[in-house]
Amino acid sequence: MKVFLLHKDQDIAVKPGLRDAIFAAMASGDLLAIANVRRNLQRERNSGPIAAAPGNDAVLTQDLELQTLWNAMAAGDEFLFEVARRAILSSLSDPDAIVYRQQVLADCLEHPETVRQLYQLAIDALENERQVSSLWLLSTPDNTIHRSVRVLKLQVEVLRRLRQTAEQQAGNFSSEGFRRFFAMLSEELSDDYLQTVEHHLHELEFRRGVLESAELAKGNKGRRYIVRRQREQRWTERLPFGNRSPGYTFTIPARDENGFKALEEIRGKGINHVANAVAQSADHVKSFFSMLRIELAFYLGCLNLRERLDAKGEPACFPVPLAAGQRTLTADGLYDVSLTLHLPDRVVGNDLRADGKSLAMITGANQGGKSTLLRSLGLAHLMMQSGMFVGAQLFRADVCAGVFTHYKREEDATMQGGKLDEELARMSEIAGQITANSILLCNESFASTNEREGSEIARQVVRAMLDKQIKVFFVTHMYDLAHSFYAQQLDTALFLRAERQPDGRRTFKLVEREPLPTSYGEDSYRRIFGAGEATATHLADTR
Amino acid sequence: MKSLSQVGSDLPSSADGVSASVRSGPDAGEARFLSILFEQPSSGAGVDGRQEPDFFSDLNLDQVLELMIAGREQYDLKPFFYASLHDVAAVGYRHEVLRDLEQPVVLESVTRFAETMGRMRDHLAQAAKLYYPLQKQAWFLDAVEIYCEAVCSLAEELGGLDVASRGFQALCDYLAGYAASERFTSIAAQTKALKEALAGVRYTIRINGARVTVSNYEGEPDYSAEVEETFAKFEQGAVKSYLVRLRDSVDMSHVEAQILDRVARLNPDVFRTLAEYGSRHRDYLDATVGRFDREMQFYLAYLHLIGPLKAAGLPFCYPRVSARAKDIAAEETFDLALAAKLVPGGGTVVGNDFYLEGPERIFVVTGPNNGGKTTFARTFGQLHFLAGLGLPVPGQSARLFLPDRIYTHFEREEDIETLRGKFEDELVRVHEILEQATSQSVLVMNESFNSTTLNDALFVGTEVIRRIRELGLLGVYVTFVDEIASLSEATVSMVSQIVPENPAQRTFKLVRKPADGLAYAAAIAGKYGLTYQRLMERIGS
Repeated sequence: MKVFLLHKDQDIAVKPGLRDAIFAAMASGDLLAIANVRRNLQRERNSGPIAAAPGNDAVLTQDLELQTLWNAMAAGDEFLFEVARRAILSSLSDPDAIVYRQQVLADCLEHPETVRQLYQLAIDALENERQVSSLWLLSTPDNTIHRSVRVLKLQVEVLRRLRQTAEQQAGNFSSEGFRRFFAMLSEELSDDYLQTVEHHLHELEFRRGVLESAELAKGNKGRRYIVRRQREQRWTERLPFGNRSPGYTFTIPARDENGFKALEEIRGKGINHVANAVAQSADHVKSFFSMLRIELAFYLGCLNLRERLDAKGEPACFPVPLAAGQRTLTADGLYDVSLTLHLPDRVVGNDLRADGKSLAMITGANQGGKSTLLRSLGLAHLMMQSGMFVGAQLFRADVCAGVFTHYKREEDATMQGGKLDEELARMSEIAGQITANSILLCNESFASTNEREGSEIARQVVRAMLDKQIKVFFVTHMYDLAHSFYAQQLDTALFLRAERQPDGRRTFKLVEREPLPTSYGEDSYRRIFGAGEATATHLADTR
Repeated sequence: MKSLSQVGSDLPSSADGVSASVRSGPDAGEARFLSILFEQPSSGAGVDGRQEPDFFSDLNLDQVLELMIAGREQYDLKPFFYASLHDVAAVGYRHEVLRDLEQPVVLESVTRFAETMGRMRDHLAQAAKLYYPLQKQAWFLDAVEIYCEAVCSLAEELGGLDVASRGFQALCDYLAGYAASERFTSIAAQTKALKEALAGVRYTIRINGARVTVSNYEGEPDYSAEVEETFAKFEQGAVKSYLVRLRDSVDMSHVEAQILDRVARLNPDVFRTLAEYGSRHRDYLDATVGRFDREMQFYLAYLHLIGPLKAAGLPFCYPRVSARAKDIAAEETFDLALAAKLVPGGGTVVGNDFYLEGPERIFVVTGPNNGGKTTFARTFGQLHFLAGLGLPVPGQSARLFLPDRIYTHFEREEDIETLRGKFEDELVRVHEILEQATSQSVLVMNESFNSTTLNDALFVGTEVIRRIRELGLLGVYVTFVDEIASLSEATVSMVSQIVPENPAQRTFKLVRKPADGLAYAAAIAGKYGLTYQRLMERIGS
């Protein structure tokens, strides 16, 4: 019985770097586990500094303001936060898989109460576990059975409610994922099955005693005690002098303590295996509910986010994913989801026509919405490739192998003169991880040196990235860089400029324009000094 | 279709494949092989009555013996070490066996056999310790099963190996015959059949409160499997085990015994066979195999002792022995007891050479104290003893005599009961020895007669040497009386060496040269500047 609501034919797939102690705690189904792990990690961190270079995930989280997004999805619930984080950072690359999730999510958006109901059932089941496990009992086969039977009796009730929900709601859900899920619940948790389970749970109390088979081992001691199902007694055997099956009976005298202890040992050897089977079965049920909880947690996160966006009137749509390498990017009203979650007002959206484009140079006035555009692109890709809706009225793009950001860092003011080094080091790290069909978002990269140098460095990087089939979106003030690409008149390059009204107001819209030189210095000089005085050496690098 | 017996009677002879089934195998009682220690069965007779010879403790052979039998007490090996051989052929028989044991595969095979037989004996011991008959019978059955396994393995392994000794070859033949014999194969077959039958017994126990019902197993399904199957559909991945560790012991509780009784009643045939098995096969152990198991330990114990010594670089060799010629020699030989004590701690022993030729019979050993004289004397005695057991002896090479008896005369505590005093005690003992010794004996005398004056010691020593010479026996005489060393052509003087510059340093080396006890005194006096000349120089007038 598999949940399979996130993937058509597998459980939630989290990339190795995120399969850490917290994830293990989440998967265990123990309701207090995450808190425990957090405490342990905190203790470790306190006991000594562990400096790890921030992987790409950490960089993305910072540059794309992912915490804001996850917080909105979590709505205060730590579990939802962790699931959202892992889902979004573990991108899907198969358009079909994305569509599968979108359809499930569409159902969730239609019937949020049902989803929350299912989630609560999972929590109820895990709570049953927690309550019974908190009893401390000596570890004996009997106690193991006793505890497991108690848990399973409670779980049967939850399973029954789960099936009833499935039966009531199945007609309302149209996604492949939910249809399969509900059908499975209906079929697997039929009344017959649940009765069988309840019958077992009754038998496991061994009210009629235990029947064990055995064979002879060394020295004729018994071994391989295996509990057997007892035949229903024939009515003849129930009569006082009825035809009993052949067997020899003896009774342990009431005062014979050693005898009872010995008998208990023999009995224990047999039910040891039954106890193991029952306890493992309870664990299986627990792991099913645990998985259900995790997968539904993702969709609940999406519901929470959608509520926030709807409340502000911001649009959201299901994007159209295309196979990697198709060089597609078309968007209407694409906006920065993280930004809107910060502000009380709505934010401006942008239209993009970038099909067939591998490079986009974005220039123009400050605070004109350039970095916002970068962020909205990055977020849109991550959200699309998690199977979510995106912040736009329309969005069509090919899936990327990964999103990489190279933003300027303000906080490195302490490093005097090392800023360029720092930028280059970060780009080098990216170079070590980036692969074909990835996306690189550069926000004023290499601005920490003069324009000529910075442009040259950037040119090399961009050319290499393009040649390696990586899409580059470059926000820059460096006219030299932007212009050099413009002059090549490539079909695959797009040039956008942040709009600026003559009176200086910003529209936060980007329009397709050629890059402008950012300074008017030479014109001013000519105006003031007159033409002809300028020599080439004036342009020597002195900065 | 004729029956087998009818067919057999039609044929003129019995040499036919059809009637092969009624031909019996070679009779194992027709013993061409009886012992791996003694070529002639009679030599082995009366061994078990022997006591420890008097010379054992003087020569530290008791220490050596203790080391060897440690862990092998069950084999009662001491009598074998007390039974010296007196003819060269018997010694040769054992040398051959030992040479075969130098092949690792042979040694491993017999060692494995010994271990298996040991396990068999453990089972018998366990059977004796248990209380319930049904348990005792089962352990006995297992013991016999192990025995059959041991015999078959050994027969098969040895059969495939290249052995040159008469002992092993005869053993191989014997084992081949025994393993194929009716007597053995029938035991093996019955054992196997009974084990299989017991393994096939399946019963059920129904426990309801204090009532226990034992019945036959009638194919009721495995309940754990049913439970597992019911919940298998929820499985998402591996889960941990909840099996509780339960203790168990060899013994049976009275409850288990009562259950077992009823199992026996449910399976009367099998358990009747088991009950009869014990008495029917009480004498399952073939006497010759058993004897081999015990006697082989004699070799294994000794090899186990000298193994580490050889690994440390000490030489061992097979001596040339004679019961007549008294020309003897040894090269790089040493005291076995001393080596066994020192080598484990990383120490080593000094090798010595000696020889006697022509009319020479007695080593007279003199020299400074703790220089190795007593060790030399012990070595001499040990060599002849070990040679007489057919064992390899310490040394690169050796040519030794087979004595009829070894006598020792070492310093003893004064025996207060005799009221004689030490000197007279010693005289009495020497007298007794000389009355019993023959020309074929070996005598080792160590520091005798030193509880009297030099004159008396010289007188007595001279007389004793004369009587020894008359007997013509071989011996060592350790003394501080130098003059004795040069008494006759029969005596050979051996002196323990000192380092002149450092007289206190021991070399443990002895060489043939005239006694010069004063040399030591002079050297040590010289070291401290106490010679006459030095004193004259030193003391002021």
